[in-house]
Amino acid sequence: MQFDSFSAFLAMGGYGFYVWLAVAFSVLTLGALTVSTIVKRRQIINEIKNKHQRIQRMRAAEKMENTL
Amino acid sequence: MFAVFIQVIKRELITAFRRKSDILNPLWFFIIVITLFPLGIGPEPNLLLRIAPGVIWVAALLSALLSMERLFRDDFLDGSLEQLMLTETPLGVIVSAKVVAHWLLTGLPILFVSPLLAVFLSLDANTFMATFITLLLGTPVLSFVGAIGVALTVGLRKGGVLLSLLILPLFIPVLIFATSAIDAASFGVSYSGPVAILGAMLVASVTLSPFAIAASLRVSLS
Amino acid sequence: MWKWLHPYAKPEKSYNLAGKMLPWFALFSAISLTIGMIWGFAFAPADYQQGDSFRIIYLHVPAASLSMGAYLSMAIAAFIGLVWQLKMADMAVAAIAPIGAVFTAIALFTGAVWGKPMWGAWWVWDARLTSELILLFLYLGVIAIYGAFSDKLLAGRAAGILALVGVINLPIIHYSVEWWNTLHQKATISKFDKPSMDTDMLWPLLINLLGFGLLFGTLTLMRFRNELITRESHRPWVKKLFIEDK
Repeated sequence: MQFDSFSAFLAMGGYGFYVWLAVAFSVLTLGALTVSTIVKRRQIINEIKNKHQRIQRMRAAEKMENTL
Repeated sequence: MFAVFIQVIKRELITAFRRKSDILNPLWFFIIVITLFPLGIGPEPNLLLRIAPGVIWVAALLSALLSMERLFRDDFLDGSLEQLMLTETPLGVIVSAKVVAHWLLTGLPILFVSPLLAVFLSLDANTFMATFITLLLGTPVLSFVGAIGVALTVGLRKGGVLLSLLILPLFIPVLIFATSAIDAASFGVSYSGPVAILGAMLVASVTLSPFAIAASLRVSLS
Repeated sequence: MWKWLHPYAKPEKSYNLAGKMLPWFALFSAISLTIGMIWGFAFAPADYQQGDSFRIIYLHVPAASLSMGAYLSMAIAAFIGLVWQLKMADMAVAAIAPIGAVFTAIALFTGAVWGKPMWGAWWVWDARLTSELILLFLYLGVIAIYGAFSDKLLAGRAAGILALVGVINLPIIHYSVEWWNTLHQKATISKFDKPSMDTDMLWPLLINLLGFGLLFGTLTLMRFRNELITRESHRPWVKKLFIEDK
């Protein structure tokens, strides 16, 4: 371990602001990208399911009309 | 094939001269932008000499962006672009002709007007020569490379805004080398290096971009 | 010789293959990044001149290398899509573009943040920084053109053409530090010479490079699968995957 204490680790030899700013930006942007990808996947799957259900309902309604 | 090439150029020039504003507006914009800088920054000749390369080339770039749209837009709207694509002449030849005509209508006037710039920005003879050469080599590159972006966006409704995003990154290398050449000339140093690279860009864009433009048109018009 | 590839022209097979590869890429990227980051930020020795600020290298270099690697992958996919008319290759182009843009942004931001204490400036217009910025604009252009077409088949082709036209920027970025007098330092790792960096600092860098690369793979696989099921949502195999039969 190159640092004596956790506060020394945070201070990064005086450059703490710059180092952790860089880390924060990287983590935030990569995190946002990952999250948006996962969320998009769920949205797509939901859309597929909803569309399927809508078609089912339309077909059922048509059948009702034909029998009435 | 060469006959078709000439024919397309002739057609472009004739239709352009029916709407002279299409040619004069970008040219006027070019002159105005360059005029505004000395007025805004102050008339000191040394300062003007320092900023001249950048100002001239940024103005040329923006003016090119303004005039690019008309390359395919009118033909797309009235259906003649589709007809041109259906002829037996290779699409690359036809688009090359269109781009050459476009340069004759936009780049060439800029070249003619450039001595005026020399006066406005107090350029000395050597710097002006460099400016003229870079404009001569660079403006066709702008036309050919810009045409790729226009071809990609011709079918889109909000194409104009997207166009600048697409082609400015491709224009930047031309800007960098052209201004570097003019800068070198203003210091009295040899500027053959950047000029050679501009020449290479010209050859590359003239030979390769027709393929990209044709492919892009096929995508836009399918 | 390429016959083993042919079944993967079917979207379903590619989707399943991507799905199988995904957990492994995710796992190994997490492991590499954890090891690499902890090693680099806590255990690697501080630089003689730059002190602890040099640790930004463990973010900056992998992001920058991959910003170019991602564009190259995108361009190769675009080329394959163009020549072999494979729409899945165009889907790969659309999948990679945002990831590449994020990596480029990280490279630019971490570079600026590192440059401020080191060079005294957040930004200089030297060749490498300028060409990396152009790379970001190229990525944004590809993303924008893909979004502008409502027919995604055409969108993919347009994005592919743009990606190929912009690939000329890659050698310019890479060789910019050699061709021009730049502020940015020259390459420390080359194919033929010994690296000019101390091994204590080099190993965590290589591990981080691997980790970022695997992360790129993970994200690409995820976005590729998304693109695939979006475009093929009307096909029976997609319906079978997500809709339970009564």
